[in-house]
Amino acid sequence: MEVRWDVFLIIIGSALVTFLPRVLPLIVLSRMELPEWGIRWLNYVPISVMAALIGQELFVQDEHFSLLNYIELLAAIPTVLIAMKTKSLLGTVVAGMVSIMVLRYFF
Amino acid sequence: MSQEELQVKSPATPRNEDSFIQGVKDCIPTLLGYLSIGFAAGVLEKTAGLSILEIILLSAILYAGSAQFIAAGMIAAGSAATPIMITIFFVNLRHILLSAALSPYFRHLTPFKNMLVGSLLTDETFGVAINKVARRNQLNEKWMHGLNLTAYLNWIFANVAGAYFGQWISDPEKFGLDFALPAMFIGLLILAIVSRKKVKLDVIVAICAVVIAVGVAFVYPGNVGVIVATVVASTIGMVIEKWK
Repeated sequence: MEVRWDVFLIIIGSALVTFLPRVLPLIVLSRMELPEWGIRWLNYVPISVMAALIGQELFVQDEHFSLLNYIELLAAIPTVLIAMKTKSLLGTVVAGMVSIMVLRYFF
Repeated sequence: MSQEELQVKSPATPRNEDSFIQGVKDCIPTLLGYLSIGFAAGVLEKTAGLSILEIILLSAILYAGSAQFIAAGMIAAGSAATPIMITIFFVNLRHILLSAALSPYFRHLTPFKNMLVGSLLTDETFGVAINKVARRNQLNEKWMHGLNLTAYLNWIFANVAGAYFGQWISDPEKFGLDFALPAMFIGLLILAIVSRKKVKLDVIVAICAVVIAVGVAFVYPGNVGVIVATVVASTIGMVIEKWK
């Protein structure tokens, strides 16, 4: 049940960089507004960061480009389709987990 | 219901609509999602070598699903604190949008109360709140706290449950738990694209982000790729939109 010092630092640091974007707009934007280009840029951040993370998860292994984890690539296909069909985060996560379980069973 | 009953009940309705308890009730539809994703996060955090107390602190202080998955993965891979924090910063930068979108409905609150509302903001509670707001121009603080706190406690519970059962799951890959993270990102990406009605441009930006992230990983190992891809692909989207 111990808490390591370096893990604690990671938790506090990560929490701080998460806390600020959560609260600053609520506090500040009741007084001022972001410039238009800033809002536009921020609008694309969720898309970019999610896509980049998916790319990293699916195509990068041991820090290098790889098509070796083809089972994950295959499992991504039904996961995307279910996400488009159900528009549910829970449904998508379950679909992804079931897909990869089934694929690993056969390959 | 008789006419008489309606007349008795109607004056009380606005107050009930805004109560803490109503916020708790409005959170219920999202609870199953929190439970399952939190459970998966707890299992992965445990298998990444975190202690139960560390997992409680992680879910209670950080309180962000995707960030916790990333922290668990990078801690397991032996990553240093700074790259973990930078990656999590970019992943959670999207909260600026959620917080900014809610700000007009909390103009009546003090900065400190706004901070309390924002500190427990998540994708899901934002979704519930923005649905509620469709019929009014102000959100009640108590209702928002009911919604936020229910989600928060449920999330910590789910993480601890996952960590507890994770002790006996020696091989999380067998249950596809390692795929919960990429599946969650796929879900968040598709949900974001579907809800915005800018599909073509969003898909272009997404493809750019994947190509840049993978390309950078080719020449420069680590998590720099995600950061570069986020900055460059978002700028590409902004420029194309402006130029059109």
